[in-house]
Amino acid sequence: MPDVSRRKFLGLTAAAPLAAMALAKGAAAETAKVWPTVTEESARRRLQQLNLPNLPLVTHEGKRVLFYDDLVKDKAVSFNFFFANCDEVCPLVMANLARVQKLLGNQVGRKFFMYSLTLKPEEDTVEVLRHHRAMYGAGPGWTFLTGKPDDMEKLRRAIGFSYPDPAIDKDKTQHIGNVRYGNEPLMYWSACPGMAHPNFIAESLAWMIHPDQSRVQAS
Amino acid sequence: MYFNVFGEKVSRRRYKEMCEAAKNRRELIAAGLTSRRDLFKMGLLTASGMLVAKSGLSARAYGQTQTNNPPSSGGTNTSPGTNQNCVPGNQTASPPTRAFISPLPIIPLARTVSALSPTPTENPNTAAGEVRAAPFQAPQIDSTRFPVVPATLYKFTQKQFTTSGMSPDLPAQTLWGFDDGTGPRSPGPTYQAFYGRPQLTRNVNALPNINQVNNTGFGMPSVSTHLHNAHNPSESDGNPCDFYPAGHFCDQYYPNVLAGFNSDHAPNGDISESLSTLWYHDHRIDFTSQNTYKGLAGFYCLFNQFDTGSDQTGFRLPSFPQHDIPLMFNDKVFDPTTGQLVFDLFNLDGILGDKFLVNGVIQPFLNVEPRRYRFRMLDTGPSRFYEFFLTGNVGGAGSPTTNPYFLIGTDGNLIPNPIQVQSVRIGPAERVDVIIDFSKFAGKTLYLENRLNQLNGQGPAAVDSQLAPQNSSTTECSGVLNSANQGAIKPAGAGDLILKFNVSGTACIDNSVDPATNPSFYQLPSTTATPRIVRTFKFDRLNGQWSINGQFMDCNQFRFAVQQNSAEHWLLTNLTGDWTHPVHIHLEEHQIMNRNRVAPTVPTDLGRKDVTQLHPNERVELFFRFRDWLGKYPIHCHNVVHEDHAMMALWHVVPQGDNVAVP
Ligand SMILES: [Cu+2]
Repeated sequence: MPDVSRRKFLGLTAAAPLAAMALAKGAAAETAKVWPTVTEESARRRLQQLNLPNLPLVTHEGKRVLFYDDLVKDKAVSFNFFFANCDEVCPLVMANLARVQKLLGNQVGRKFFMYSLTLKPEEDTVEVLRHHRAMYGAGPGWTFLTGKPDDMEKLRRAIGFSYPDPAIDKDKTQHIGNVRYGNEPLMYWSACPGMAHPNFIAESLAWMIHPDQSRVQAS
Repeated sequence: MYFNVFGEKVSRRRYKEMCEAAKNRRELIAAGLTSRRDLFKMGLLTASGMLVAKSGLSARAYGQTQTNNPPSSGGTNTSPGTNQNCVPGNQTASPPTRAFISPLPIIPLARTVSALSPTPTENPNTAAGEVRAAPFQAPQIDSTRFPVVPATLYKFTQKQFTTSGMSPDLPAQTLWGFDDGTGPRSPGPTYQAFYGRPQLTRNVNALPNINQVNNTGFGMPSVSTHLHNAHNPSESDGNPCDFYPAGHFCDQYYPNVLAGFNSDHAPNGDISESLSTLWYHDHRIDFTSQNTYKGLAGFYCLFNQFDTGSDQTGFRLPSFPQHDIPLMFNDKVFDPTTGQLVFDLFNLDGILGDKFLVNGVIQPFLNVEPRRYRFRMLDTGPSRFYEFFLTGNVGGAGSPTTNPYFLIGTDGNLIPNPIQVQSVRIGPAERVDVIIDFSKFAGKTLYLENRLNQLNGQGPAAVDSQLAPQNSSTTECSGVLNSANQGAIKPAGAGDLILKFNVSGTACIDNSVDPATNPSFYQLPSTTATPRIVRTFKFDRLNGQWSINGQFMDCNQFRFAVQQNSAEHWLLTNLTGDWTHPVHIHLEEHQIMNRNRVAPTVPTDLGRKDVTQLHPNERVELFFRFRDWLGKYPIHCHNVVHEDHAMMALWHVVPQGDNVAVP
């Protein structure tokens, strides 16, 4: 993974000249503003604080984990939300993800980690998750997660699965069916529809495993 | 002076509270403390459910303690990240910056190179690291007119760089830009291109690769550079699905030829299809919003024997570049603590900034002579719409004044005759060319002011008589800022003053054409041809997923096949209730035939377009003629956040088209 090679470049960030320039400019302004030094690590920490909270969760195996530390840090990952008793969008998305996992093969669990988080932690106990996960034939590297309702709600908002309109946001039948994907150490993040073609979802997730690949589509 | 994200003035105390609230929220999240029980344990919540009077804990809670309402359950509206649009007090503003102290940067013209090494080849030079989908089409049509190595060559290298030019009140920023050999910059250098003079650009990706210095928090160093509005062959169009990482390049062939040259107007094309103000930007699928926000955009101005760039010849429009100035508008957000440019990576709806930049500088000024200027105004988004007014007498005795000016081009294509306007509205990726006559403002100060009210990524906040009724389904927002009780247009002087014009008092000679004399430019191409097919595109949202006809972007699927050299009608319909989608179609321009079956009346709807604003509850009928080139192109929403979340479809031009009416 890139994080290994990145470490040796930590000393090469633009932080030092940035800070120097900030000081010079700050002195020119009315109020001498001194800006904190920005580094690769501080940018990464900012993302963590805003969007990748280190909340305690429980896996389908009953294992207690921390969202950032254990599931996201230094990894290429995908997230989606579902609930077991959902008969609208979830079955389509989850069936797609099952195909995606097959397409990505043994990269899942080694180079890529898939996470499905419940929208109804009150109902989706560890047992329900385990059963539900088996239903989709999920293999290693695809983890189903629950947690305290407040934490799950916090997480849902932090990683961008909410609507601007609170009325729609409360309606779980309209819940967001996207699959968010990213590479945490490289700070690459985007999302695709969970109802897209599984081949293309798999391809999009693979960009996070191999971000340095090119692509052309003949016409 | 302190402001929240909506530009509302707030007191210094309130501003500090907002900063504190943001910081507290981050700490609470880091600590996993967001439930009422947690807050209670921390002694922050009283038994009666009130947040203790610890000022600054939550802007929302602050408002509620003021009105004696209990705070809602933990989490609601106080979480970080996205979709805070309903809660203006909840998002801290960017750091304060002084307005109108930096001059407007005049973007330098792109520098040509005498040769490229290795020499460009008709087939992609894969061995040398080139990534291109197909051989150049133009030399195959006519290798004399379009030699594989044309006389005009550019080498644009995309690089990361730092600049302190955005504002003297902010620290240096890390951006991505284009280097034509004179150093990386953003906006990228402006192309000065001419019809009849084909050119080739080698677009080199030298952004930080995955083993190098960081991207400062957003941006994907994998690119595909699209030339927006160009009548270009598909292999050189900059397709979102053809992208390449650092260390690779793509040679893009720009024939600079009029539509119809290889079909109904051979050999020179239809002069009525002349283009003038194009722009280039990164189009990498799923990452376009971040990469353009980070700086990968620039202008491409195209001239001919009428639109010559000289006020002595042709249409005698103000001379380029002295009095013909491209203006790139965008809005951005800066972290209040670090002063660094930030981008909300976890947003699905659209992103608004609270700092307004022109040509890369926050609220610059421009010293002008008391004469006519042509401005080419471009909105690069990500999601904001603007309605530009020319406002005078700001801060003087009496009220601010609204001054008319002339619209001469829509999406950069000259309209048949100038139209005097009080304002023009543009959305992401749209352009307008305008002429402002400063001669009667000698010695005075004027502002380009955006008076459009927009609260979130949905589009303009309210409607005016030209638009269909807008649903306002806001609930919790209504007490704070309700789209229903806000006018579409703010009063003069109460909007966003974006660019200041200091008009010199010294009289000068002006040879340029006076738009008030009603000069004629190009006539509109006929739209009477019977369409081979009428296709319908429903823009919608399915469980949060932006869709076209219920389907999603897929790089491996052409949704329909257009027949080469045929006419089509496209019906764009908007089922998303209260969202405006600026819909862009590559390859060919279109004309708007009607909106909800009524012929368009708004001046910016009357010309040729490559982006059409699709308002809530609208059905817009477009006329197209697809000529000359073959291959793949997209249709997509140009609210780049929607675009990046799959509101796009690929189609292609082939000798024999299909009959898919709802692709
Ligand atoms: Cu849209």
